[in-house]
Amino acid sequence: METLFELDRIIVEMFDFLFMRRAILVGLLVSLCAALLGVNLVLKRYAMIGTSLSHVGFAAMVIATGIDLAVEREFSHFFVTLPMVVLAAFALLLLSENNKIKGDSAVALVSTSSLAIGIIIVSQTTGLNTDVCGVMFGSILAMTRFDVQLSVVLSISVLTLFVLFYKQLFAVTYDETFAKATGTKVFVYKALLAFLTAVTVVLGMRMMGALLIASLTIFPALSAMRLCKRFLSVVITAAIIAVTCFFVGMVLSYTYNLPPGASVVAVNLTVFVFFSGIALMKGRG
Amino acid sequence: MALITCKDVSFSYEGNVAVDGLSFEVNQGDYLCIVGENGSGKSTLMKGLLDLLRPKTGTITMGDGLKQTQIGYLPQQSAAQKDFPASCFEIVISGRLNSRGIMPFYSRIDRMIASAHMDQLGVISLRNKSFRELSGGQQQRVLLARALCATEKLLLLDEPVSGLDPLVTAELYQTIQDLQRDTGITIIMISHDVHAAVEHANHILHLQNKQLFFGPTAEYVETEVGRRFLRKGGDF
Ligand SMILES: Nc1ncnc2c1ncn2[C@@H]1O[C@H](COP(=O)(O)OP(=O)(O)OP(=O)(O)O)[C@@H](O)[C@H]1O
Ligand SMILES: [Mg+2]
Repeated sequence: METLFELDRIIVEMFDFLFMRRAILVGLLVSLCAALLGVNLVLKRYAMIGTSLSHVGFAAMVIATGIDLAVEREFSHFFVTLPMVVLAAFALLLLSENNKIKGDSAVALVSTSSLAIGIIIVSQTTGLNTDVCGVMFGSILAMTRFDVQLSVVLSISVLTLFVLFYKQLFAVTYDETFAKATGTKVFVYKALLAFLTAVTVVLGMRMMGALLIASLTIFPALSAMRLCKRFLSVVITAAIIAVTCFFVGMVLSYTYNLPPGASVVAVNLTVFVFFSGIALMKGRG
Repeated sequence: MALITCKDVSFSYEGNVAVDGLSFEVNQGDYLCIVGENGSGKSTLMKGLLDLLRPKTGTITMGDGLKQTQIGYLPQQSAAQKDFPASCFEIVISGRLNSRGIMPFYSRIDRMIASAHMDQLGVISLRNKSFRELSGGQQQRVLLARALCATEKLLLLDEPVSGLDPLVTAELYQTIQDLQRDTGITIIMISHDVHAAVEHANHILHLQNKQLFFGPTAEYVETEVGRRFLRKGGDF
């Protein structure tokens, strides 16, 4: 049995496979996007929107698979999932905006309803086969060359927009009332945040799984916040954590034949527990 | 022309009138204090001036070329969360956003202005400290520096001293007074402390869900309403 003692050999071997190279490239970019946006999402108390979007993504993906069957392959799922999830993101934003108290429940409703719709469609079409499991729990085999190209372009766009509008996103996340009072178009930037999150969720869903992708937005931000006291250092630390955890997770997944999405999340959880421990000890000392 | 002109303005929440009959003017360089009891509509009026709330009736006119993006604001209770990880400098410079507009990042000039305002308010040494680890008085000064970053003309302060001890309160009032004297900036401040208000401001607006008084401070202390409020202490 392979073990981590042959780490260098394992890593070289991993990169021999085309599907692995693709998965690692896309995964690193998506982890980066998710971690950066995640800091804003967590601090703005929008973490639920990310989770909700991934459930909408599940329904969209199942529909895309259905269309696949009808038109016989060679059809990118992005064309169905991306518009649906982006629309859902705006809808969720409006819901949580208009109804401060019930916004929370509305988001949960959208989540569970999309899961239900997805499951009904699955039961009427393919049944719970490996494809569907791949959608729910992630798979690295599914990406075509076109998917990879599209993912790279989109995630680089997300990163660019994040960097360009970093200061607006900070202002809106930190103190929306002040930003609005001094003339910033707050809603535009909240919509931008929702839009970027939607794109990131769709990009990461295939590999990480619809049920797990949201954790990529939440874990690195929470871990970074255990130790960092400045916004920029939280952002940078979250990015480093996300990229590292993704890579370690992939190596573990390859070595021990574990599901990739779940391995990455497990590594993130470990880091979170470790950082919380350090924060606790610092607090006492 | 006046900096701000309110004419027969009223505000309401879901059909319930919060405050009405507001007619007053604020000129360049004025220091106006808005006083009144809890729930009398002071913060509501300020939200109206900031365009966060539409007047139900009447008009608010901004003169002297004052734009919405040229107002500095210190909220009554910052909407920000207590445990938000941000350094003081990050918070102060976010006040420069409105003048920076769509351009990415902050310029060197923005950084210099932010530092200058932190220096002016005596918090430059806290520059890299985490905001959540500051005392209440220090936090107010940092937020005041942010407000100054957003404006050269008009500063709106909603109870800047609430929750501070008497010594720190006196210091902060003095700082605001110095600011107004040195820079000629127009200040509109809400205060619970009517004694401090008549001591520092040159105009008073007294609200009780309607406008009880508006005029120079010297006149206010002579009126019936002013004397009664001052005797009661006005310090709730
Ligand atoms: N968001 C809101 N929704 C509904 N009613 C509100 C809202 N904000 C304020 N009110 C009502 O409007 C009235 C004026 O409130 P406002 O906050 O302006 O008072 P205030 O003078 O600032 O009081 P305080 O000294 O306590 O800050 C109050 O009766 C209050 O109940
Ligand atoms: Mg108030």
